[in-house]
Amino acid sequence: MKRQRIRSNLDRNSDIYKTNRESLLAQLEELNKLLAAARAGGGEKYVTRHHQRGKLLPRERIELLLDQDAPFLELSPVAAAGTEYQVGASGVGGIGVVAGVECMVSANDPTVRGGSINPYTLKKTLRGLEICRKNRLPLIFCVESGGADLPRQSEIFVPGGAVFKELTQLSAMGIPTIALVFGNSTAGGAYNPAMCDYAVFVKGRAKVFLGGPPLVKMATGEDANDEELGGAEMHARISGLADELAVDEYDAIRIGRKIMANLNWKKLGPPPSDDVEEPVYDPEELLGLAPADLKIPVDVREVLARIVDGSRFDEFKPNYGTSLVTGWASIHGFPVGILANQQGILFSEESQKATQFIQLANRNDVSLLFIQNVTGYMVGKKYEQQGIIKHGAMMINAVSNSTVPHITLQIGASYGAGNYGMCGRAYDPRFLFTWPNAKTAVMGPQQLAGVLSLVQRAKAEAAGKPFDEEADKATRMFVENQIEQESLAVFNSARLYDDGIIDPRDSRTVLGIALSACHSAEVRGTRNFGVFRM
Amino acid sequence: MEKILIANRGEIARRIMRTCREMGISTVAVFSEPDRNALFVREADQAVALGGTAPNESYLRIDAVIEAAQRTGADAIHPGYGFLAENAEFAAACRDAGVKLIGPSPEAIAAMGSKIEAKKIVSDAGVPVLPSVVYTGQPLDALLDELADQPFPLLIKASAGGGGRGMRIVREKSELSAAIQAAQSEAAGAFGDDTLFVEPYVESPRHIEFQIFGDEHGNIVHLFERECSIQRRHQKIVEEAPSTALNDALRAEMGQAAVRAAEAIRYVNAGTVEFLLTPDRRFYFLEVNTRLQVEHPVTECITGLDLVRLQILVARGEPLPDDVRNATIGGHAIEVRLYAENPLQGFAPSTGTLHRFRIPGESGVRIEAGFTDGDEISPYYDSMLAKVIAHGPTREEAARRLARVLAAAQLHGPTTNRDLLVRLLRHPDFLSGETDTHFLERFPPEQLGRSLLDDAGLKLHAAAAALAQQARRRATTNVLRHVPSGWRNNPSRLQQTTFQVDDETIEVGYRLDREGLTLEIDGLSSENVRLLQCTPTEVELELDGISRLYEVHEVDDTVYVDSSLGSCVLKTVPRFPSPEDELAKGSLVAPLPGVINEVRVEVGHAVQAGDVLIVIESMKMLHEVAAPDAGVVTALHVEPASHVEAGAVLAVISDEEPET
Repeated sequence: MKRQRIRSNLDRNSDIYKTNRESLLAQLEELNKLLAAARAGGGEKYVTRHHQRGKLLPRERIELLLDQDAPFLELSPVAAAGTEYQVGASGVGGIGVVAGVECMVSANDPTVRGGSINPYTLKKTLRGLEICRKNRLPLIFCVESGGADLPRQSEIFVPGGAVFKELTQLSAMGIPTIALVFGNSTAGGAYNPAMCDYAVFVKGRAKVFLGGPPLVKMATGEDANDEELGGAEMHARISGLADELAVDEYDAIRIGRKIMANLNWKKLGPPPSDDVEEPVYDPEELLGLAPADLKIPVDVREVLARIVDGSRFDEFKPNYGTSLVTGWASIHGFPVGILANQQGILFSEESQKATQFIQLANRNDVSLLFIQNVTGYMVGKKYEQQGIIKHGAMMINAVSNSTVPHITLQIGASYGAGNYGMCGRAYDPRFLFTWPNAKTAVMGPQQLAGVLSLVQRAKAEAAGKPFDEEADKATRMFVENQIEQESLAVFNSARLYDDGIIDPRDSRTVLGIALSACHSAEVRGTRNFGVFRM
Repeated sequence: MEKILIANRGEIARRIMRTCREMGISTVAVFSEPDRNALFVREADQAVALGGTAPNESYLRIDAVIEAAQRTGADAIHPGYGFLAENAEFAAACRDAGVKLIGPSPEAIAAMGSKIEAKKIVSDAGVPVLPSVVYTGQPLDALLDELADQPFPLLIKASAGGGGRGMRIVREKSELSAAIQAAQSEAAGAFGDDTLFVEPYVESPRHIEFQIFGDEHGNIVHLFERECSIQRRHQKIVEEAPSTALNDALRAEMGQAAVRAAEAIRYVNAGTVEFLLTPDRRFYFLEVNTRLQVEHPVTECITGLDLVRLQILVARGEPLPDDVRNATIGGHAIEVRLYAENPLQGFAPSTGTLHRFRIPGESGVRIEAGFTDGDEISPYYDSMLAKVIAHGPTREEAARRLARVLAAAQLHGPTTNRDLLVRLLRHPDFLSGETDTHFLERFPPEQLGRSLLDDAGLKLHAAAAALAQQARRRATTNVLRHVPSGWRNNPSRLQQTTFQVDDETIEVGYRLDREGLTLEIDGLSSENVRLLQCTPTEVELELDGISRLYEVHEVDDTVYVDSSLGSCVLKTVPRFPSPEDELAKGSLVAPLPGVINEVRVEVGHAVQAGDVLIVIESMKMLHEVAAPDAGVVTALHVEPASHVEAGAVLAVISDEEPET
């Protein structure tokens, strides 16, 4: 039985549509500049030098690893944007298909300070490993890194140890890990290939040792060269650390693909249905739907009509708690339960509806998609007395304990506890993606500045001091500006608070890839929630 | 006559059966082992295996063919052309066995089988012949006397020969002695018989032949001429009727000569009298073919007659019908022989699987083919894939129609002479009727045989192939099948596919996204290009507002692409070179499939560049494989009589000493 088709009433000639579209296109242009900066790696000089050494760039390695024409969803491409580090955090990673296996494919970027690890690199690496673990994705990893960025070792050394733990834990869970070593992987980095199930070393290039010649000389007085201490041939023939010796980079990639092909890999989640209908409405129109001004609500059904299969959506409780739309759909053939904010605010009814819906999805073993455009849970005397905290807690309880895969898409505001109830970053969605116009903060910048101002005013009054209106205005401006900057998508994406900013028109594709990744693991709901306060 | 056994194979067997079916006559096929699943076997009402592979183990076995006729109760045998056609012994065996042979009498076959005797008979009947002297060692002056007042140049050929072996053209008396000696030794080596003919050599002759037909009631007619001047390696490749060289008077004169020749031997059934026509319109008898000719369809086209039907009627003892005696010429017909061969490599035969064989049928076009998709083209038999015949109101229309049909054919597998035929049919000299037996010497195959597809077209074909492969990969993937092809949220480079065409590589880069198709060929981006449709087998590309459909057919790593621009064969270069795939340096490979005739070296031998190491026999020709550089033979993978495929490694030559 086919689901109900959403009927669109979108007016493409409305001012809002045009403003939204214009604003979104400008934001996408900004995003594209950052993506271009990430692609440029360490810049022309280092890229040229790398090529002159007969080496491939990280993206070239990844492109060759991937099956031809298969998609690749790069994760956190603008990590570290706006920080002192290069956009991309000296590494590339994402979900792709290698020899028919959906997996995590990642690579150090040796053109950026020799591929050294900074705090953002570490965060990005750990997030990638977490995605592998949660979704049961095999990992193939192109290693060429100078190790920790030593001046920042204090932020890297202690937490960085988790990388090796994560790698071996993946292995323990039966999730294959493959390291292709193209260059330096020394000192701590030497454990990278060692912790993996498979290690392929490129002849004459891979260099894997705990201590290099100077350190060995200092420590024991022994004279030894790079090749003796950690060359690919030595590891392939003597130490056994390398499983295969590749004659060159292409050969290493070919061997990596061969290993993947021989994994006999089977996804544990149910496969997608085969007859996949494209949405009947044009995804291009999502640009006109993405709210440029977060104060103006968006009809989220119009958004869904441009994302879900065949624009078909069976609504659950359509007449109750109408500020939150819930219902069933499929994306790229994967069934999904959707919770989407309609008017921004969550009331008691919406919270209870969400709680019930999350429970149902867990009964049905169906993944959940949270579409956030939320300004928070309702405040005020009436709502407090009705038990909004209690009901919000029910929703947070359900979201926290639900075990089906969650994917979160931020299309507008993500303020206050609404961020939590709608499965924000701290609630461990399998994936979290953001539209360029989205904002995330404890509350809206104006509200936050206003609240601060009111508190100051009350303080002054209590102290019987005169309130400096001019100073207050300046402070409010300053705070508003700061919060605005810190709530922007790029700011959050740079800090790994999402898995990437996406072009709204790509939403369906990104969600399809993410859902398919989730289905690499078993999709199994729970009946075991916390105590629901009634 | 209720049931006819066809002692032949391929297109001619099918063509004969077609008439049999129309006449309500049952058909029996005989077949060799490789032909077990051939079309002509499947189309016959009954079929009998002859066993064996080579013709002398199968189609040439007189006893087996006659036994098959007796076992199936066939009351007649049609020999087609080649094999047992024109075999007097076979004709006699049929008579002895009481099976009617559809063709002339054993006596007529025997009489015409001897070139010397045939010439004498027809000469006596008043038909002009070129003086020919048999040379068995007499003094040269006596030889010249015998040739009377014939001027130089002279032609020397082997009496037992064919295919040009032992042939010499002598332009001056001083060359005669050396040429005779050389021809004698070549003839002795090739045929074991050093008897030679010496006759006047005619420059720029045309080959004109007359179709004749006789019945048992003494009627003999001719059904006009065919011109078959255009030949490669002394084999006809283009045949047409009527000839542009004949006017009505000459046609009548030559036709009467042909009938006189036939009457001289009381010829019954279909035959062909061949003449040489000089540029000044003198004609000389060459020989009589006592069979249905390969090129008989052009006569059928212009006369509207079914020659096979007439053969059967005559064999039944019926007189030639009135419409034969009153036949007239209607329009113009041209036939080409489509061969599996490579004109750019000396017409070397090409074998292998015919993955797709589609010649578009159009009105005014007749296709006589023995093969279908998936058939194997074996080295054991003639490499003709099909005859394609176009009939039109004028010669030019027939030629253009034929060229178009050939150009649009999908011929996937062995290399063919298609492009040469198309260029030939469109050639101004051909269209103006300037045809003689030296046409392919004036316009060599390197020029006529080159691909119809130009370089720009080839690149578009490569792009279409890459896009079709893309569609195929997306359609067959197990994961993320519905996600857009090659989707990237941070695109860094195009999808890359590399093809190889002969020694040239073509790199295609492409991306499909919401902006449409981005295409780069050999690093150059193609502007104004749009992808209108793309499936694993069909790609529609628009360039500057003009769209074109490309049909793509993948067979393993080979991609065949056909479009209105032409056709090409691309080899997909693997993304990752596999170390095992690369040929050892210094490998000598078989240039064509065949049987090893001779191995002149052993492992460890030192060789010089140009030394012939191995001789391969393929399609009755000997091909020498020489060392490209000096070195030492380090490996030898073949021995005499072993069968090799094209590209097989025969030997490896190293510039180092072999390990001992």
